[in-house]
Amino acid sequence: MAQITKNQIFNTKKVVYLLLAVTAISSVVVSFRTDAFNGVPKDDKTKPPVAKEEAGEADSVISKKAFLQAYKVLMHPRCMNCHPTGDRPLQGDDSHIHTMNVQRGEDGKGLYAMKCSNCHQPQNTPGLHMPPGNPNWHLPPADMKMVFQGKTPRQLAMTMLNKNENGHKDHEALIEHVSKDSLVGSGWDPAEGLAHLPMTRAEFVKHFKTWLDKGAYLPDK
Amino acid sequence: MVKLKINQKEYSVDASPDMPLLWAIRDVVGLTGTKFGCGMAQCGACTVHLDGEAVRSCVTLVSRAVGKEIVTIEGLSANPDNYLQKAWIELDVPQCGYCQSGQIMSAAVLLKENPDPTDEDIDSAMSGNICRCGTYPRIRKAIHLAAKMQREGGSGK
Repeated sequence: MAQITKNQIFNTKKVVYLLLAVTAISSVVVSFRTDAFNGVPKDDKTKPPVAKEEAGEADSVISKKAFLQAYKVLMHPRCMNCHPTGDRPLQGDDSHIHTMNVQRGEDGKGLYAMKCSNCHQPQNTPGLHMPPGNPNWHLPPADMKMVFQGKTPRQLAMTMLNKNENGHKDHEALIEHVSKDSLVGSGWDPAEGLAHLPMTRAEFVKHFKTWLDKGAYLPDK
Repeated sequence: MVKLKINQKEYSVDASPDMPLLWAIRDVVGLTGTKFGCGMAQCGACTVHLDGEAVRSCVTLVSRAVGKEIVTIEGLSANPDNYLQKAWIELDVPQCGYCQSGQIMSAAVLLKENPDPTDEDIDSAMSGNICRCGTYPRIRKAIHLAAKMQREGGSGK
């Protein structure tokens, strides 16, 4: 009789501890979701996260940290120089406005006798201060400028997620773009004398993917 | 040997695929109207047309030009509708003349795409062609005149 009572007490305690543990874990998970972002720029703090479960649990801390890493690449001259605020590309490690009054044009490929590929060859031209190259050298088109220049991490993350600003890309298309696009890749193959990006493309893609997979949260600033 | 089509004529050129097109045009084929300026796509003196686009031949490799239509200033002059050259002569545009073939090749692309350019359009199209003598005001005037000739099919007067 005494033995049965002891077992019953033990089982009751086990259930209580288990319930406590579940409650504690749930609290932690809920606390990470308080400022979730679901891809809609307006009133982002009020909406719950959506469709984040396929690649693991949403996690605002990991997501935001990953974007801040990717931001180092996105705002580097090798990427940002072709995502200017105006209609003129930028040049060099100091991101000065492209000499020779080069302009975007409707399709992002320049104007008249001043088209990008008139000077930018399919490959880098060897030598200092020579034009870097890619077969598809261009800016974003005039109706989808995809501006990076001057944006904070939070603002840039919003641009990345807004289909009206990102070339109508969903998460999958964004990852495909940063992973495989040849012109994006040319950022990792700078012309002679130009600064290199601070991490490999694989590392960048990993951070970018983590940002999206963990909930695509907006950085705080 | 590399086959190049320059000004509607086929040439077998003894050039390596990574030779700048400018060298093949000037030194191998012997068409010296196209000039060497900076050698780094900064001045526009070497501008020729590659499938209708105003490429800088000093940085364009022979390999890129294979199978494409190359037109030099000599090819443009052969055209009876060479309104640009006529306007250039009419207004005495050149001073030393060194940059002028490149200027005209760039202007030709502008007039093909925009038959009635404004001053702003001309600046947008021509800013990659530098003139050490500073003939820019006459270049602009001549482009307006050539555009008028092109539209009216005459002398523009």
